Formats: sequence, structure tokens, C-alpha cells
Amino acid sequence: MADQSSPTMPTDTKDAGAIISPGHTFGTVTDKISAIVQTRRTPRGWWIGFAVTFALVILLHFAIAYLIFTGVGIWGINVPVAWGFAIVNFVWWIGIGHAGTLISAILLLLHQKWRTSINRFAEAMTLFAVACAGIFPLIHMGRPWYFFWLLPYPNTMDMWPQWRSPLVWDVFAVSTYFTVSLLFWYIGLIPDLATLRDRSTRFTGRVIYGILAMGWRGSARHWHRYETAYLLLAGLATPLVVSVHTVVSFDFAVAIVPGWHSTIFPPYFVAGALFAGFAMVLTLAIPIRAVYRLQDFITKRHLENMAKILLATGLIVTYGYVMEAFMSWYSGNGFEQYLTINRMFGDYAPWYWLLIACNCLAPQLLWIKSLRQNIMVLFLVAFAVNIGMWAERFVIVVTSLSRDYLVSSWANYYPTFWDWATYVGTIGLFLWLLFLFIRFLPMISIFEMRTLLPESKVKEEGP
Amino acid sequence: MKPRPPIYGLLAEFDDANALVEATRSAHETGYRRMDAYSPFPIEELADGLGFRKTRLPLLVLIGGILGGLTGWGMQYYSAVISYPLNVGGRPFNSWPAFVPIIFELAVLGAALVAVLGMLALNGLPMPYHPVFNVARFAQATRDRFFLCLEATDPLFDRERTKDFLRSLQPREVTEVEH
Repeated sequence: MADQSSPTMPTDTKDAGAIISPGHTFGTVTDKISAIVQTRRTPRGWWIGFAVTFALVILLHFAIAYLIFTGVGIWGINVPVAWGFAIVNFVWWIGIGHAGTLISAILLLLHQKWRTSINRFAEAMTLFAVACAGIFPLIHMGRPWYFFWLLPYPNTMDMWPQWRSPLVWDVFAVSTYFTVSLLFWYIGLIPDLATLRDRSTRFTGRVIYGILAMGWRGSARHWHRYETAYLLLAGLATPLVVSVHTVVSFDFAVAIVPGWHSTIFPPYFVAGALFAGFAMVLTLAIPIRAVYRLQDFITKRHLENMAKILLATGLIVTYGYVMEAFMSWYSGNGFEQYLTINRMFGDYAPWYWLLIACNCLAPQLLWIKSLRQNIMVLFLVAFAVNIGMWAERFVIVVTSLSRDYLVSSWANYYPTFWDWATYVGTIGLFLWLLFLFIRFLPMISIFEMRTLLPESKVKEEGP
Repeated sequence: MKPRPPIYGLLAEFDDANALVEATRSAHETGYRRMDAYSPFPIEELADGLGFRKTRLPLLVLIGGILGGLTGWGMQYYSAVISYPLNVGGRPFNSWPAFVPIIFELAVLGAALVAVLGMLALNGLPMPYHPVFNVARFAQATRDRFFLCLEATDPLFDRERTKDFLRSLQPREVTEVEH
């Protein structure tokens, strides 16, 4: 049914028809989503995935413990490439997080009702991606146990952070982003936690969900303030998400390294973040939708809308690549020109062409409607974009640093086993947290799904 | 202080949102004021029906944002101008354009914290115990049922007459709510 619905007309009735399958009531929506947490048997796939990702979390622990014990020399970084995988992964992860905020905040402000069934899950993705991102700058510091030196506090050394440095702005941007994302996510969960509390048959469930729901009882006055707070948070999160990746791009753009010192970086990074994030949402939503049979709620319409956003942001990113190449030629600056030639034909050329293939060429398939609606094609394109965006950050960080101004200080960077172990370990951590989330919390916002049903609309007769 | 009424109030259960909104409106027109309506999702008309129109939350959020921003600027000004002035490339100590990102981030942080904590505080949450939870059917309020509670502290409240009034609104059921 959902598969045949036409998503072309943006009118309200068709809209509702396409974003939730007909035949649902308040009760069935509630039952279907909460059953995943409370009554359905945990699928075997969940256990396998949980075990595999947990093993990767252990690998991450080993990698970090060995790093702290030995030092950053276990990685391939050295002078001149002092920013290896750690910064590549930091930028990649934080970019992935941005789609969650886009879906939950910006699409809310734009009244895009289709966001409802994917926002909870995308917000969780944001939170876990930012947690993974936050690990990297900390362990990259060399002496991670002094991480608190990043924060301004009165100390016996009489020292303060350097306020004019984008790296310090980053500390504030990323920690604010994490906090606001957590608040937004938790606030969204409160009414659903109350639903789980009231449906729990076991004592532990009632107590734990009861504590988390804070005594929510659905009072009309509470709902009124709740909606106000939620809307205000969406309004606050929107400029915040733009500021976060702008500040991340300043880490590069403020430096005078060739290939980094460019005014296009902030918009190019923000678009790249949304591009990478939507690719990750699709990569995760497509299998989860199939495993938990959520096709009623995450319909083809959702996937197609996300495919269109993927295509649009992909074109912005492509424009960014074209402009980078054009400006390096047009600048007449020998260092910039050499950098572009080196990216395309130097030692790291395969990475450059990989990113062009994954980020610029692969999404072009989505122009064709039949391919856009083919779930397998969509999944493969989204997966390619995940790889391509990682390659993009690798190219930005490594090619520029390895070919600086002085020929005498040129050197290549080669990742070691521990670089890969840390990177793969954070992928494990991300998925492991996601598995826990799916098992213990409603992955779709139940109360917002109720508002999509036509019965939720009150006939207006005037007081 | 008046003695505590023997029950908390009377709870009427409705099947759909329209019935609840209409019942709330007629209770308000009859003159009941100490009452609350409960629903499994936000219904804009309900708050109007209860005579609840404005919340101070947006103003508090604005104040939170301004205080957050001032904290950001004050912190940077104090450390860079008063506590440890350091000449970096001849830039002024109070180089405010470079301070803007942190001022902005802390303004957003302040506003967001006030939005969440303010909403909870104005709603009186967390509140683990509330008399309406004594009604077993009330567990359905977070699924698909709609409730109207007229509280005993209302001057118009009378155990029998109020029960008759609620019955006239054609609910599924009217229950007494224990304290």
C-alpha cells in the first residue's frame, strides 16, 4: 500500500497518506512501536550485531589504552602530517551527526511532516556520532589526561585558553552541540517514556521508564509548554548546527596551509556534513526498516525525500570541488596550483578519484526516478557517499600537510594498524550504542506518529 | 487553610479528541476552573478550552540566551583584558570579533538549558506521584484515551452534582480520583 502511494503532490491529505500507511489508529501505532522494545522477541540479527559491535568496542578500548600507555607515536603521524586519522575521523563523525539535527530541527521548522518517523532515530545517530567525534581530538592531544586545560578555569599556572584560536572555539561548539542534541533528544523522548512506563508489565521496566519519564501525565498545560519548548529548541539548534561545522572548517581555513586557506570552506563543510549525514541515515534506516518491518512508518516516500536531499547536497559538494580547483588555478599562486595537481596526480591521487567517484558521480544515479525508488541502488549510493566523504576529509587533511611550502619538509603519511583499529573501533562504538538504543528506547516517536493520524485533528467549531 | 476535600476530583474518560475538547469547553463555560485535560498527544485547542493561553517560557529562554552570551563575552574579556593580557600580533586585548563564536555558542547553550529546565520547572516535573495515577484506566492516557479531571478544590465542585454534569457530557466512564 505504502509502496504505491504517489509522493508527488505536496498537499496535506496526500502527504499524510504517503508518510504513514492507512488503517492505523492511536492504539496500533503505539502497540507496534512499543512492541519492539517491550514484547517482541529480540531478533537473532540483533544479538549477532550486538556481539560483533561489542567486540569492536573492546578493540577501541585496547587501542586507546595502548595509545595512552605509549603515546601518539603508535599512529602514522609525524611532522609534517601531524593531523592523521584522528582529525579525519573527527570531521567525518561530526559531519554525520549533522543530518540528525537537520531532520529534527530544520525540517520541523519547515513543517515537513514526513520527518516524524525518522527524527528520533536520526537524533540518536547525532548523539552517538558526536560522542565518537569527541574521542578523537582528546586522544590526539598527546597527554589526554590534561584535557581539562582546554576549559577556562582559574588555575595555579595563571593561564587561559587562547580565545582567538578556532581550536578553542571548537571545544565550545562541539560541547554545546552535544549538550543541546542530548536535551533535544531527551525532551522528545519524555512522552514516549511515559507510554512505556504505563505499558510495562515488569517492575523494573515501570521503575526505570517511570524515573526517566519524570511523572509525565499528558496534561494539556504541560503539552502547551512542551510544544513551546520543543519549537524553541528547534529554532536554537538550527543556527547551532551551521555554526558547529563552520567552526570545524575554521580549524582548516584559518591556517595558511595551501588548500586550506579558503573562504569557501564554511559552506562547503556544512553542505558536506549534511550530505554525509543523510547518507548515514539512509545506510542505517534501510536495513532497520526491513528487519523490524517498519515499512508502514518509514515509507518509500521517506527514502525518496532523503534521496533527493542526498542529490541536492551532493551537487553543492561537487560545486565546492570545482570551485577549489578553479580558484587554485585562478589565484595564480604556485603553491595552490601545485596542491591541486598533487591531489589529482600525486601519491594520494587514488583517494582523490575515489572521492570524486563516490561523492560526485554516484549520486547522479538519483536523478532517475526508478533508480531513486530502488532500495538496493539507494543503499549502495548512500554507502558509497559514506566512503567518499571519509576520503574527502582524508584528502583535505593529508595532501595539504604532506606537501607544505618547504620541499625539504615534505613527507608522506601512512596509517598504521592502530590508526585503523581506532577508526574501526569508533564505528563499532557507534553501532553498539545504536543497537542498545533500538532495543531499549522507542526508535520512532510514538506521540508524534499519533498526530499524523487524521483522528488527531479537532473539528473547529469555535468556542 | 481549608480542610482537604475527601477526594482529589472526578475523572471522565473519552474516546476521541473532539469529545474531550468539547467537554473541556463546556466545563469551562459552566464555570469550572480547577481542572485539567489529559491526552496522548498535544492538542492545541485543549489549552484554549482550559483558558490557558500564554506561557512565560519564551521570555525566560530569551533571558537565558542573553545571560549565556554575556557570560561568554565576560569570561573572555576578563581573561584576555584583565587577568592575563597577552599581545598577539598587535591585536587589541578585547578583540571582540574573535570572541563572537564562543559568545554565540554560550548564548545558544544558555537558551537551550533554560528552555528545557524552564519547561520542566513550570510544569512541576519531575513529579513521580500524582493522584490521577490512582485510576487504573489512566494508564491509557499515554496510549489512546482522553481524560478530563475536575478537581475537588474548585468552588463549584460537588461530588454528586459534578458527577451528574460530567455524565451529561457522555463520557465512557466517570471515576472518583483518590488522593
